[in-house]
Amino acid sequence: MGTLELKQTLTGHRGRVWNVCWHPNGTCLASCGEDKSIIIWGQQDSKWVVKTILTEGHTRTIREIAWSPCGNYIASASFDSTTAVWDNKSGQFECNATLEGHENEVKSVSWSCNGHLLATCSRDKSVWIWEINDDEYECAAVINAHTQDVKKIRWHPNEEVVASASYDNTVRIFKEDVEDNDWSCIDILSSHTSTVWSLAWNKEGNRIATCSDDQTVKIWQEYKPDNEPGIVTPKNKSVWKCVCTITGYHTRTIYDIDWCKTTGLLVTACGDDIIRIFKEDSDSDPHQPSFSMVCSMGTAHVQDVNCVQWHPTVPGQLASASDDGLVKIWFYNE
Amino acid sequence: MEDSFENINPKLYKKIDERKITAEDEDEDIVDEFDAREIFDLIRNINDPEHPLTLEELNVVEQSLIEIDNKASTVHIKFTPTIPHCSMATLIGLSIRVQLLRVLPSRFKVSVEITPGTHISEAAVNKQLADKERIAAALENNHLLEVINQCIGIKC
Repeated sequence: MGTLELKQTLTGHRGRVWNVCWHPNGTCLASCGEDKSIIIWGQQDSKWVVKTILTEGHTRTIREIAWSPCGNYIASASFDSTTAVWDNKSGQFECNATLEGHENEVKSVSWSCNGHLLATCSRDKSVWIWEINDDEYECAAVINAHTQDVKKIRWHPNEEVVASASYDNTVRIFKEDVEDNDWSCIDILSSHTSTVWSLAWNKEGNRIATCSDDQTVKIWQEYKPDNEPGIVTPKNKSVWKCVCTITGYHTRTIYDIDWCKTTGLLVTACGDDIIRIFKEDSDSDPHQPSFSMVCSMGTAHVQDVNCVQWHPTVPGQLASASDDGLVKIWFYNE
Repeated sequence: MEDSFENINPKLYKKIDERKITAEDEDEDIVDEFDAREIFDLIRNINDPEHPLTLEELNVVEQSLIEIDNKASTVHIKFTPTIPHCSMATLIGLSIRVQLLRVLPSRFKVSVEITPGTHISEAAVNKQLADKERIAAALENNHLLEVINQCIGIKC
């Protein structure tokens, strides 16, 4: 078993911290929570310190933040039903765009790989796709595909394909139809028996890991038309199959999952206060993979862990956020 | 308001006696772990949203339906709506959750569920009450918060 070493505890938020997000080059970390503020942390003499606190962008809880791929923008999703976009053109972060349209709480926000599209999802069951041109945000699609509250939205790592997870127990995959410029659902991933809280793509974008209130993690594999194992693909569209269920480890709701793009390790954030790390077995069959738990950090926080995210460039480093009001930086030693 | 009651003549139940304070309870050197009776005392006087009665008097909460594990820091509460199609079930469950959220140490994981077989939308209400994100959003709604506070506020 590996170990998770606590590097630093970051205090600054008042109340529950919902989310953390690394800057794409890993030099800073953003966090947000019920205190309606975004804190940007940076390193100083090898310690993480508060660099900037962004306030007054939202009137209610900030549920999630996301850095743009270029690292110059932060999008923030809030219970106040808006998404704010912050930029640092003036030398400091300012909120220069507020995206309105959702009927109630915005739960998640994600930038596409090239930074041209932004996706948001909400309690109102919809997913919105926004097109970005010269700092203008235009709604390109409103997708009413889920039957319940949409919890998480995440773009494919290198294509304009987006996946959403919902209170309706499913994950759905959306893609723009080139013929009529319409965004449509290309597959519904059904297997979880309760709310799907989060999802993460692997580096190649041919697998998705999902985590749920049903206390399991599932691994889904994409099968394109004419795939080798002969999985049937109706209408010449990819299908996603659940190829692995990781069960028996988590004792409460799993709120978040992240798939490391450098090491391939999976990390989960759980309502039992534990951070767990999973690794695919080396002799694993790609169509029937098996994963082993390689680390379980008990009492990683003293309350629910809400978010975990691997550092984009330093293998083994990760950040977590919790109901206990803290952000923690960890290092995984194999 | 009177004629909009769903359950016009609810059955009334007798309140249990006050807890007897023992010499052990008063001894500061003895650690008193939380017990079901203590949790019950924290929620028994929550008011029903439509009747001027407490959840105890309506038998919505009972001491025997409370489980507590101090070591694991878990509290599990089952509550019984007065009628199987009670539209107030979520609000009652929410009031119980909020009360315990406020008074118990933050280490406790509180779950609130409907007593199995006593409500037609049991699964949907339970799922809603278990979703902390939706609870957090609900508690930012001032109108709803006011209603919950009225339920929790102990009658003078």
